[in-house]
Parts: sequence; C-alpha cells; structure tokens
Amino acid sequence: MENIINIFVKSIFLENMVFAYFLGMCSYLAVSKSVKTATGLGLAVIFVLGITVPVNYLLENFVLKEGALAWLGPNFADIDLSFLSFIMFIAVIASMVQLVEMVVEKFAPALYSSLGIFLPLIAVNCAILGGALFMQQKEFLNIGEATTYGIGSGIGWFLAIIGIAAIREKIQYSHIPAPLKGLGMAFIITGLMGLAFMGFSGIKL
Amino acid sequence: MSDKETLFSKKNLKLITDPLGSQNPITVQVLGICSALAVTAQMKPAFVMTISVMAVLALSNVIISLLRNSIPNRIRIIVQLVIVASLVILVDQVLKAFVYDVSKQLSVFVGLIITNCIIMGRLEAFALGNKPWPAFLDGIGNAAGYGIILIIVAFFRELLGSGSIWGYQVIPEGFYNFGYANNGLMVLSPMALITVGIIIWVQRTKNRQLIEEK
Repeated sequence: MENIINIFVKSIFLENMVFAYFLGMCSYLAVSKSVKTATGLGLAVIFVLGITVPVNYLLENFVLKEGALAWLGPNFADIDLSFLSFIMFIAVIASMVQLVEMVVEKFAPALYSSLGIFLPLIAVNCAILGGALFMQQKEFLNIGEATTYGIGSGIGWFLAIIGIAAIREKIQYSHIPAPLKGLGMAFIITGLMGLAFMGFSGIKL
Repeated sequence: MSDKETLFSKKNLKLITDPLGSQNPITVQVLGICSALAVTAQMKPAFVMTISVMAVLALSNVIISLLRNSIPNRIRIIVQLVIVASLVILVDQVLKAFVYDVSKQLSVFVGLIITNCIIMGRLEAFALGNKPWPAFLDGIGNAAGYGIILIIVAFFRELLGSGSIWGYQVIPEGFYNFGYANNGLMVLSPMALITVGIIIWVQRTKNRQLIEEK
C-alpha cells in the first residue's frame, strides 16, 4: 500500500510529465489558451493514461519481454520480442483511443460532445506513449502499481495544463514585449512553473 | 508541378530553407517540442537526435507520399503511425548497435519520435499532397530546422551548465580558480524551456511578421 502511494505522489509531483520530461508539450501549448478546453483535454488524458498503461503493462509482461512467452510452453521461454514494443504500444494506444471514443459516444453523449475533438488527438500525444515507455523502464512489480503510475502521471499532466491555462488567461491583460507575446511567454512561464515544481524534489519517499 | 522542373529549382530549395527560419517547426509551427527539450543538456545527444529525426522524417515523408493515392482517408492515421513506428524501430536498433552510450542517454525519447508532432504534422500537411522528391526535401528541411534549434539550445546549456562543448572542456581551469562556477541550473530541465523562449523572442524581434496579434 505504501508503495502505491509513493508511486502516486511521485508521478504527480516529482516526475511530472510536463515539467520533468516535457511530454505532451505540443497539445499542452496548443490547447492551453482557455481553462475550459484545458480541463476537457486534461480529463481525457487521465482517462486514456489510466487505461493504456495497464494494458501495455500486461502486453509487456506476457508477450514482449524476454522470457515472457514462457506461459505458452518451454519452447517459447527464451523468445525476446522487446524490439517490437514501440509498434505494439502505439497500436494499443491508437486502438484504445478509438475504442474509448466509441464507448463514450455511445454511453455518454454529453461528455463526448464536450471532449469531441480532443479524444482522437490524444492518440498522438507524446505523454501517452511516454507513459507506456516509462512504465517499461521502471519495471513495476504488479498491475496495480502500473495503473497507479498511469493515473498519477495523468493527474500531473492535468494539473500542469490547468495551471498554465489559468496563467495565460490572466496574462492577456499584461504588457509584454510584442515579440514575446503568445508562444515565447508560454515557454518562459512553463519554465518558471517547472522551477517551482522542482521544489518538490526534496521530498523523500 | 511540371515534369520538366529541375531537382533543385527555386521552389524546391525553398522547401529546405523556409523551415530553417520563417517556417521553423519549433519556434513558429510549434511542432516537435516534446523531444526537443529533453535531449538538449549536451550537444552530442542533441546531434544524434537530430540525425535520427531527419532519417525518420525524410523516409516516412517519401513512403507516405508514394502511397498517398492508395491510403484510404479514414485510416490514414493508423497507416502513418505504423510506417513511422517501423522506421523508429530501425533507427533505435541502429543507435543501440553503433552509439550505445548515447542511446542509453536518449532513453525513451528515441521511441517518442513516433509521436513527435513534427512527423505527423509534416505527413498530414505535406506528404499526403505532394510528390516524393519535394516530400523528401520537406522532410530534410524541417528536420534541419528542428535540429538547428536543438543544437543552439544544447550549445548554451552545455557551455553554461558544464563549461564544455561536445564534451570537451572549453572554459579554462584558471577561471575556476578565480571563483567562476558552472551554472548548475542550466543542466536542469526548466532552463531548456526558458532558453527556447528567449530564442523565440530574438527571432521575432528580428522578423516582426511572426509576432502574434493577440
């Protein structure tokens, strides 16, 4: 239990997807102009990360890893398919996103129309594939830890995009040098927010 | 485009030169930022990353452009992802074979080339509607524009953060004896963002057409 809480807090604050690894920056900068759309995208990312990381975890441990195919019989025990992981992960992500989109459309039309365009965009959000690749690197012990990691890093991303969207809404009324307006300022704000988040790195878990 | 057009006509050359400046993928089109920042603490990984992106982007542009008339529109994203993912696997295996230490340093970011928006963006915006040769040039040009920013950022971060360039110490010992210290902050990730912010500022001061209205 303690371990799971550790992973959760760590993935939100210490190893924040945006500030520590710059993942999902493209949509982060493009969709952060208003808090409302940022909330929608953030929720969708939490949702998709929470599903794809455990699915990819199962894939990694029962199909791809060296010796993972042992459950098929002794002949398969030393097959190493890990070079296929990129293509398998991205296929899982693209199809999961498609599936989630169809389920949401069928059962929650209101949520679907508010998330609308963001759901398909998520398939190519680096944060999602990044989540899967970091999961592979961290070698979690069980699927509970992997799910926690997925949801935690989704929440971290959510916090980051809400934060910058709020700041960008405010900053429209400030006098900024013209060449720095928009993109330039967004970069610098993100950098400063990243510095602030580094304050968490003192936490010992 | 007529068939008589030479391989390096003005229009084709523009495909290479535009992304270096006024159409730069990172500072103007806002594509491919994710991987750009994480690998720029030193120049060597930044350079390897540039070469990898260039290979993947140019090849996938050509392949998609060759297939552009036979890909059904509805499933094009999946087709693109599969092609890009296969190319990235190739690049990853090559890096692991020849420059293992750099490949360890880049860790997940080689895999993340798949979802690098620069690739999807150029495939969607250019390769789907153009012939292979211009698509190839567009790939090279955009990857070069991406690489330039990467290398500039890496140059400053390595120089100020570690006092070296390409792994060689350039700031003389004497400076340190007089109390000069490396700026440890430059090695940390937030400074990459601020450096890019400053590059954008400088670029837009020089080229005022790029300034955003709002």
